[in-house]
Amino acid sequence: MLLAFLAVIALAIVRLRNLFGVVMLSGIYSLLMASIFVILDAVDVAFTEAAVGAGIATILMLGTLALTTSRERVPMHTPLLPLVVTFITGAMLIYGTWDMPAFGDAAAPPNRHVAPYYLERSLPETGVPNVVTAVLASYRGYDTLGELTVIFTAGIGVLLLLGRRRERGDGRATTRGSGA
Amino acid sequence: MEFLVGHYNYWIFVFLMMLGFYVVVARGNLVKKIVGLNIFQASVFLLYISIGKVLGGTAPIIVDGGGPATYSNPLPHVLILTAIVVGVATTALGLSLVVRINEAYGTIEEDEISGMDKEP
Repeated sequence: MLLAFLAVIALAIVRLRNLFGVVMLSGIYSLLMASIFVILDAVDVAFTEAAVGAGIATILMLGTLALTTSRERVPMHTPLLPLVVTFITGAMLIYGTWDMPAFGDAAAPPNRHVAPYYLERSLPETGVPNVVTAVLASYRGYDTLGELTVIFTAGIGVLLLLGRRRERGDGRATTRGSGA
Repeated sequence: MEFLVGHYNYWIFVFLMMLGFYVVVARGNLVKKIVGLNIFQASVFLLYISIGKVLGGTAPIIVDGGGPATYSNPLPHVLILTAIVVGVATTALGLSLVVRINEAYGTIEEDEISGMDKEP
């Protein structure tokens, strides 16, 4: 199954020390995630993930690598404590999945609550056949506006962090985009 | 066996999440940390989308005025659509911080940076 493939790629990302390889693998990881989203019926999410996750994020990371270094050094401390912490956390999370509804269950609580309302009423109320678009742009339009505020703030942050270098003019000015 | 098939996806997500968590905690390279953070984030996205999946359902796009078809739950899709875009915004901010740190310290390894901070 594709999910197992995803796990293998993630493992390779952890093992690899060449950062260019890591970035390329994370791009493949995003693309694979987009195809899994298509299988899980989330076509809008798949578009966004393929464009934004596999595209823009990879370009941003490559830009960062071009400005810094592409080799990862071997860490000095032993990874014993982080391993213990992750194993304990993972065990607790897996224990938590015992109560989760089975995959694809139509009678699961998340699929019974308000989702049928949107599926039945969004077309007559908004006239948009795509329910995801109707909810995103119409019912939760203010939410999307808030999202734009977040992106705007992040863009200002990136400009503030990287913009000063150009004023100083130390010959290392770059043409990195403002992000998102 | 039915339990195994129904919960296999959750265990993969936990595994991915813990891999990302491990990279964030254990690795000293700042770019690698951000990639780990992205893996962590992606596992949450997959968890939400897989919760919304209904077996035998189709994508929630209503054709011909709404027939008797079954659709997957559209609400997780909306949430995750927002989350992906916000995630890239935070990634961009984190990476620009990395670039600034590299300018100030000349390295993106956490051990070396804290070593420089300790020196008078």
